[in-house]
Amino acid sequence: MKKLIVAPAPHAHSGDSVRKNMLLVIAALMPAYVVSVIAFGWGALLTALIAVAACVLAEWAIAKYILKQKPTICDCSAILTGLLLAFNLPCNLPWWIIVIGAIVAIGVGKMTFGGLGQNPFNPALVGRVFLLISFPVQMTTWPRPLGFATQYVDAETGATPLFMLKQMIKSGDNSMLDQMPNLWDMFRGMIGGSLGEVCAIALIIGGLFLIITRVITWHIPVSILATVALFAAVTGWCGALPEGLCTCEYVAYELLAGGMMLGAFFMATDYVTSPMVGWGKIIFGVGIGLIAMVIRTWGAYPEGMSFAILIMNATVPLLNKIRPTRFGEKKK
Amino acid sequence: MNLILISLLVLGITGLVAAILLYLIAQKFKVEEDPRIDQVQEVLPGANCGGCGFAGCRALAEACVKADSLDGLLCPVGGAPTMEKVGAILGLAAGAAEPKVAVVRCNGTCEARPKTSEYNGVRTCQIQHNLYVGETGCPFGCLGCGDCVAACQFGALSIDEKTGLPVVDEEKCTSCGKCVKACPRNIIELRKKGPKGRRMVVECVNKDKGAIARKACLNACIGCGKCQKECQFEAITVENNLAYIDPAKCRLCRKCEDACPTGAIHAVNFPPRKPKEEAAPAAPAQNVEPKKEEA
Amino acid sequence: MSTFKIGGVHPHDNKIYSAHQPITECPLTTKAIIPLVQHIGAPAQAVVEKGQKVKVGELIAKAGGFVSANIHAPYSGTITKIDTTIDAWGMKMPAIFMDVEGDEWLETIDRTPDVIRECNLEPKEIVDKIAAAGIVGLGGACFPTQVKLLPPPGKKAEVLVVNGVECEPYLTCDHQLMLEHGEELMIGIQILMKALGVTRTVIGIEKNKPDAIARMKELAAKVNGVEVMPLKLKYPQGGEKQLIDATIHRQVPSGALPIEVGAVVDNVATIYAVYEAVQKNKPLISRVMTVTGKSLRKPGNYMVRFGTPLTEVVELAGGVPEDTGKIIGGGPMMGRAMNNIDMPANKRTSGLLFLPENESRRQEPENCIRCGKCVSACPMGLEPYLLSKQAELEMWDEMEKHDVMDCIDCGCCLFTCPSHRPLLDYIRMGKGKVGGIIRARQMAAKAAAEAAKK
Repeated sequence: MKKLIVAPAPHAHSGDSVRKNMLLVIAALMPAYVVSVIAFGWGALLTALIAVAACVLAEWAIAKYILKQKPTICDCSAILTGLLLAFNLPCNLPWWIIVIGAIVAIGVGKMTFGGLGQNPFNPALVGRVFLLISFPVQMTTWPRPLGFATQYVDAETGATPLFMLKQMIKSGDNSMLDQMPNLWDMFRGMIGGSLGEVCAIALIIGGLFLIITRVITWHIPVSILATVALFAAVTGWCGALPEGLCTCEYVAYELLAGGMMLGAFFMATDYVTSPMVGWGKIIFGVGIGLIAMVIRTWGAYPEGMSFAILIMNATVPLLNKIRPTRFGEKKK
Repeated sequence: MNLILISLLVLGITGLVAAILLYLIAQKFKVEEDPRIDQVQEVLPGANCGGCGFAGCRALAEACVKADSLDGLLCPVGGAPTMEKVGAILGLAAGAAEPKVAVVRCNGTCEARPKTSEYNGVRTCQIQHNLYVGETGCPFGCLGCGDCVAACQFGALSIDEKTGLPVVDEEKCTSCGKCVKACPRNIIELRKKGPKGRRMVVECVNKDKGAIARKACLNACIGCGKCQKECQFEAITVENNLAYIDPAKCRLCRKCEDACPTGAIHAVNFPPRKPKEEAAPAAPAQNVEPKKEEA
Repeated sequence: MSTFKIGGVHPHDNKIYSAHQPITECPLTTKAIIPLVQHIGAPAQAVVEKGQKVKVGELIAKAGGFVSANIHAPYSGTITKIDTTIDAWGMKMPAIFMDVEGDEWLETIDRTPDVIRECNLEPKEIVDKIAAAGIVGLGGACFPTQVKLLPPPGKKAEVLVVNGVECEPYLTCDHQLMLEHGEELMIGIQILMKALGVTRTVIGIEKNKPDAIARMKELAAKVNGVEVMPLKLKYPQGGEKQLIDATIHRQVPSGALPIEVGAVVDNVATIYAVYEAVQKNKPLISRVMTVTGKSLRKPGNYMVRFGTPLTEVVELAGGVPEDTGKIIGGGPMMGRAMNNIDMPANKRTSGLLFLPENESRRQEPENCIRCGKCVSACPMGLEPYLLSKQAELEMWDEMEKHDVMDCIDCGCCLFTCPSHRPLLDYIRMGKGKVGGIIRARQMAAKAAAEAAKK
């Protein structure tokens, strides 16, 4: 008889793999990407391609020449990082800034810690925040969505809804209210911003897809969005809003504007940098929602999702100390 | 000017207060420790291998300082010279120590011991051992996953790709005993190094009856007892179908080696025999390594 | 529909290969080897000698302790030797060898196919009869059944939970047993209820066996206190603690036995053995085995007498398929891969599964991506990723603090891991080590207490 194979049980596997999960997330990002290409034209197309290519190349090169490991390109995680990074950038960013962002994301954010699974911070956000601090002007010049008419450089730019909201709340002057895009536009994606901010509905569809395919669980997105809504409702109710903006509208603006949907469904739920156990996930989500809203309301930046997620990433080892409910554990 | 003065004053006073506080706290929480512990630790190798039976070098140093005599306290890595130094610090006589070396008691090479199954789990001996007999038919022999190699902190062990067995680099081996503990099948033994590193070893731990052992591995000890009869010094005992050479009694006459029908007994580090006796089984690759020139 | 609350996975059940294949008697062998270790606990002690003639059903080895089980002659013939043989994992085990001569049964055994309904024995007599028959839990653990029927002082059984779940993929022997011997099972259940003094029985069956559910429901309607509960499909529902949770919604605390919550769990195969032992005086000398696999020629359910070499059972099922890579004793989730099939059938062999070579190898493990899927899948609410890392780093104390001893070896963590990490391999190793440490500590405490007494 020929040699039998012997291994410890179990002898079956679910067929799940890292690559499959990454591909599913990439697939879930596709609707939003398509919308962004429709909205911003060639710029969006190129930004994402450059970011993905740079991330993949950076990972391959670092793994091969610096860490001397077997490159792990095949797990598709670098593609996902690239795509997420691109989703956080304005579409008219010069290519070399994108490449710098990608190298920082992969090099500093991921490979310095030993590659996939070891990084404490979301690599795409590390790249994004690095660019935001290093190139503040380019990173906050948001072109208006004019389809393929959007020029790659020198596009017509405008303030983001979050920026306007903040100005209005600070000054109490409601003159900017006319310039605010209406909620329907924000929902279907006709506002200025980064690639991933343009269309809330596409991101929600992608997020639901991820929850249905069990790539992510509901805990993080739901707790983030609920916290943000609650926070906005309370501040609105306390009367901080300028005249002409009701609390409901304000809550909806906060939920739909900026990187909220992208952050809640795609960035915060990154496996490596989020807690593992249900309650940990909920605390993580509440923390992100709170910090994001604090930055949005009182901070120097109009948008705080990236910082909020990065700050909460740092608490993950602590949150992982929360034990799941053991079988047969007495409920206190 | 005034501003600079005030800042200087404020900072200076803050610093002073902090310094006094720190000093007081340090005094309050000071741990009285025998200064000789540090001295002893200084002379120990600092590998924290645990070969001495203590949690690390510091623990051994503490034990040495506390002890009345150094008997039974031995750093296997540093050996006698180190213990002499420790003795000098403490004013105690160092216990006598015999140099030892790790010996792999399995010669089930790939040719002698064919594989009968393919192990597909984690490459650790412990897990493979818990699961089943192993890739070969021998339930006693080396599993070849290298738990001992991973356990060795001194890089003295490596797996020979040709034989699939671990090889001890006698120069590097400090006889700390980590590999002995790591091996789930108790194949590795710490043995007396012997004069000029020469020793006789039964390289097999198979306790099965002769026929079964032989079926699993051509190099197995079949417990025939020929070596026992041959030995004039009563150094060899055969128990549970397995011969064992007591290093304390062995006089290195090499008669057992010639008597062994399967070649399970090996003479290690001996010079090559005279041409007419060359028919005797040659020592396998793993043992010839630190071959010393005959002085 | 009910199921257990924490964790669980959904492996493909692959039961179509052998489902609804009628139970076939395996032909008699000529040289039987009967292992002395067929159960958890102390090995049985041989009570026969070389050259002695025995009949089918005669006691040949008696229980070696409280947690142990009798072994009876499955064949008639002459004992040739009492020696060691090699088990399916290449290790030695003690066994009785015999030459089979004819098929002569003890006269006390009722071999008629009649169903005997009346049982007038006292509970104590029933338990004694079960103990004498050498019955063990045939679901997999092989824990001697009589021990379960004698609750420790102060504990009272309230519910008998019958395990008809068969959550292991591929296996169908319990399913077929329920279809063919439902009536006997009902009598067996009543006997056990009487022995335990309970008035309620719940039979848990997963919903992928609708015909078995219908059949058992039909029979249960005639018996007081017996209820059939269809369960959602989820592995490891057949685990004792999970089944109690799913059927009567009580959770057995960590480290405790099911009796703690008033439950006794028995597998349907065990109950069939109880029926045969009590009503027909037939000791446990055979069991139903599923022999299956995707490329096996005649997968099916076979009634095999213990001592029959597995090779003969395999021949009956069409021989070892060409493309076989792995042979598993039991199901794919908890069964053990074997390195030979020369071993004889015994109380432990619930199935033989032939996996083709392309399904036999594990994939290369990648880095842990901390997805937490193992945590969600663990039916005991443990953190497999953490435990496995701790085992790798030999942090035994930490493992104990993280309740490694609660692990039931179900394999959900490894099954679900997208990085193909060998989580359970390490956890199992750590569990062994931690178990040893705990036992040593208990022994030391005991010795200290005794020394203090003196």
